[in-house]
Amino acid sequence: MAHFFIFYTRLRTEEKLLFRAAEDKGIPFSAVNLSDGLWPNVPGEAGDVALCRCVSQTQNSALAVLLEARGVLTVNSSGVMGLCADKIVTAAKLSAAGIPQPEYAVAFSPEGAAEGAERLGYPLVIKPATGSWGRLLAKVNDRDALEAVAEHKAHMGAAHSVLFMQQYVEKKGFDLRATLLGGEVLTVIKRCSDHWITNTARGATPGKYPLSPEIRALLDRVQNAIGGEVLAVDLFEKPEGGWMVNEVNGQPEFRSSDGELTGVDIAGRLVEHVWSLASGTGGTKG
Amino acid sequence: MSTKVQCIVCEGDVILPAEVMEGELLTCPDCGTELEVVSLDPVTVAEAPEVQEDWGE
Repeated sequence: MAHFFIFYTRLRTEEKLLFRAAEDKGIPFSAVNLSDGLWPNVPGEAGDVALCRCVSQTQNSALAVLLEARGVLTVNSSGVMGLCADKIVTAAKLSAAGIPQPEYAVAFSPEGAAEGAERLGYPLVIKPATGSWGRLLAKVNDRDALEAVAEHKAHMGAAHSVLFMQQYVEKKGFDLRATLLGGEVLTVIKRCSDHWITNTARGATPGKYPLSPEIRALLDRVQNAIGGEVLAVDLFEKPEGGWMVNEVNGQPEFRSSDGELTGVDIAGRLVEHVWSLASGTGGTKG
Repeated sequence: MSTKVQCIVCEGDVILPAEVMEGELLTCPDCGTELEVVSLDPVTVAEAPEVQEDWGE
């Protein structure tokens, strides 16, 4: 019989919800704290399923690659994790699929950043290619600020040697967060903030938002472009109307979308979905 | 299993949740330090690590 592992390194609200949901639904699982783990002593064999919930994206990707080599089905796959963990990779994938997103440029030097700014105009946003929770985002309003940020980035190590620059989108105080499971749109919420960063980890307030046919069609396109079993997609409203994709997350936190606000038990749906993959009755082609 | 643990920073009493697990985060009510449960038998806490660059969704 296949085993279902939930790997974690830190018990966030989401991991607690997942454990409780699996227990409530009678789904057999093993919670594995990977913090002190050592490969190859980590459990998992061909035919097993694993929900990889390490808080570190790097550790999560490494775990998925290793488990896949043993024949364990991981959620998400290491390939999808790789697509989502790097914003440049995500942007390239979305571009290839013709999916609307904020205009972007990628610079390889401070001089390149200046050229990128001429192309995008001010204000613009510089993001680290990897990272989350809105950390180290810089809204750059003019050339002076750009030169300062680019110079600082040049001293921050290899991870910051490539600058992902995005056109700044005036968001009217909110963006949308959609959570997709097995290709199905489970929830859409809006995240409201007076700050230009509308991340609930940074204090944005979640609220209800209806799923329109237009948003659903856009999310379907994202699902087809990225693949994956569980995705969280952040959308901006375009100034001229319609929606664009800002980011795609492959190991989403979902506490703000779960339960009371949306009426959707995301944790329960997620453990049921992963467990269904063990029996071969569920899954997408991602 | 014990129902509380001593904060390693201020020695204040930190109440443990009913089914405490490794990796769980606790906040000391006295000094506010964020603590991580690093083992269960006996329950041991350490200062929770600072947020790393690649943490998060």
